[in-house]
Amino acid sequence: MSNIITVDDLCLWYGSTQALHNINIEIPEKSITALIGPSGCGKSTFLKTLNRMNDLIPDVKTTGKIIYKDRDIFSPSVDVNILRKEIGMVFQKPNPFPMSIYDNIAYGPRTHGITNRIKLDEIVEESLRDAAIWDEVKDRLKKNALGLSGGQQQRLCIARALAVKPDVLLMDEPTSALDPISTSKIEELALQLKDKYTIIIVTHNMQQAVRISDQTAFFLLGELVEYGNTEEMFSRPEDKRTEDYITGRFG
Amino acid sequence: MPEKQISGKRKAYIRIMKTLMAVSVILTFSLAVSVVVYVLIKGIPNISWELLSTEPSYLTDRIGILPDILNTVYIILATLLLVIPLGVGAAIYLTEYAKNKKMVAAIEYAAETLSGIPSIIYGLVGMLFFCQFLNMQTSLLAGALTLVIMNLPTIMRTTQESLKTVPQSYREGAFGLGAGKWRVIRTVVLPDCVDGVITGCILTVGRILGESAALLFTAGVVHTVNGLFEGLSNAGATLTVALYFYAKEQGEFEVAFAIAAILMLLTLGINLLVTLVGRYFKKRRSI
Repeated sequence: MSNIITVDDLCLWYGSTQALHNINIEIPEKSITALIGPSGCGKSTFLKTLNRMNDLIPDVKTTGKIIYKDRDIFSPSVDVNILRKEIGMVFQKPNPFPMSIYDNIAYGPRTHGITNRIKLDEIVEESLRDAAIWDEVKDRLKKNALGLSGGQQQRLCIARALAVKPDVLLMDEPTSALDPISTSKIEELALQLKDKYTIIIVTHNMQQAVRISDQTAFFLLGELVEYGNTEEMFSRPEDKRTEDYITGRFG
Repeated sequence: MPEKQISGKRKAYIRIMKTLMAVSVILTFSLAVSVVVYVLIKGIPNISWELLSTEPSYLTDRIGILPDILNTVYIILATLLLVIPLGVGAAIYLTEYAKNKKMVAAIEYAAETLSGIPSIIYGLVGMLFFCQFLNMQTSLLAGALTLVIMNLPTIMRTTQESLKTVPQSYREGAFGLGAGKWRVIRTVVLPDCVDGVITGCILTVGRILGESAALLFTAGVVHTVNGLFEGLSNAGATLTVALYFYAKEQGEFEVAFAIAAILMLLTLGINLLVTLVGRYFKKRRSI
C-alpha cells in the first residue's frame, strides 16, 4: 500500500501559542486512520491543516511540509479550492446548507463547473447511494435538508463531500453529536467507503477507533506520541503515555 | 409550602405599584390609539378619488395630491436603487472581507453616530453639497441622494447584523467543498440572510415616507405631475412635505388630514409587511 499523504516536520502556531510540534506521519491510501487524544491535543487542528481549512482562522502560522500527490500543499502553486475538492471534509456537527437535499449534493459539482442536468442527477444519486441514504431521501430530493434527522443530515454531508469525487475524506468527530444507532450507521459506512477513499477520522471514542481504523495516531499536547497499526497499538502500546490514555488513566 | 405572611405595609406597597403600572399601560395605549383614531376620523372623509387623481390648480381652487403621491414613489425608488447596493456591499465587505478589525470598528461607530443625527442636518448638508456644489438645483434626485446618505448606515448595519447570524458552519461546509470566497457568500451566506436585508429595506421605505425636514431643503415643494426621469430632475414635494405645506402655509387642514390618514395607513401596511416577511422566512427556514 502506498502513502497518499506524507507530513514532514509540521509545526503550527495560533498567534504565539504553538499547537503542533514537529509532526511526522505517513498516511497509507484506501485505509482508515484514526486520530485520538484528549481534548486540546491538536488532533482536530492537525486534521484541518490537511486541507488548509486553518487558513480561515486569522493568525495561524505553519512550518514544515505536507506532501500530497508529490506536491507540498503549502506551496504557492497549489490552488486551495482544488485541494479542498480532492481532500474533502465532514464536520463535527452536521452542517447541511439550508436548501433542498438535491441542491446540497449538487453544490460541490456546481462549484466545480458541472451544470448539465443529467450529469448532476447521476452524481446526486451516486453520492447518496454511496453514503447509504438514497433509499431514505429519494422521494423527497426537493425538500429542505434541514428537515432530516441528525444522523441523516450527517450522512447527507458525507454524500455532499463525496459528490466532488475526493481522494481523501477528513472526518472531524463525525459521530459525536449523534445517537448510537446513527453512529453505527456512519461507522459501517466508513468501512464501506475505504475501498474507494482514504479516510482520516478524529474521534474521542476509543472503541470507535478500534472498531473501524487500520492505523491509529495518538496525540498529546500537540505532539504525535505514537502511530501504528490499531490492533497492535491497543494491545501493546509502546509509549507509557499511550498506555495510560487507552487504559483510561487520563483524558 | 407554608404560607408566608406579608406585612400590611408591604401589601399596600405592592398594590400601589401595580396600580401605577396599570395606569401607565392604559395611558400609553390610549395615547397611541387616540392619535390613530383621531387622524383617521378627521382624514378618511376627506379622501376622495378627485383628491387622489388630480394635480392642484390655483385657477379652479382644486387641490389634488397625485403629484405628491408620484413624487413619493419616485423618491423611494431612487433612494432604494442607490442605497441597497451601497449598503449591502459595504456590509459584505466589512463583515466578510475586511481584515483590519480597528477600521471596521471605526466605520461601525461612525455609522451608528450618523444614524443618530437629526435629519434636518442631512437636509442642510444635502442642500449645500448636492443642490449647490454639484449644481443639481432643488430636485427629487438631490432629495433622494440626501436620503441615501441618511439611510445608508441603517441598511449597512441591519445587513451586517443579519450576515453575522449566518452560522459559521455553513461557510465552513462550502469552503470544505472547494468553493471560493465570493461563491460562498453569493450562494450560501446571502440567501440565508436575505430576510434581514428585506426587513431593513422595508423599514427604510417607512423612514423615507416619514421624512420631511431633509426633503424640504433638497427636493422642494412643487406639485406637478411628471414622469419618473423628468420627475427626478425637477423639484417636487413628497406626501409628508405636502402635508406640512398644506397645513402650515395654506391652512388646508382637510387636505393635511387626508394626507396624514394616507400616510398612517401606509405605515400600518409597512409594519404589517415587515411582520409577514419575517414570518414567511421563518416558516421557509423551519421546514
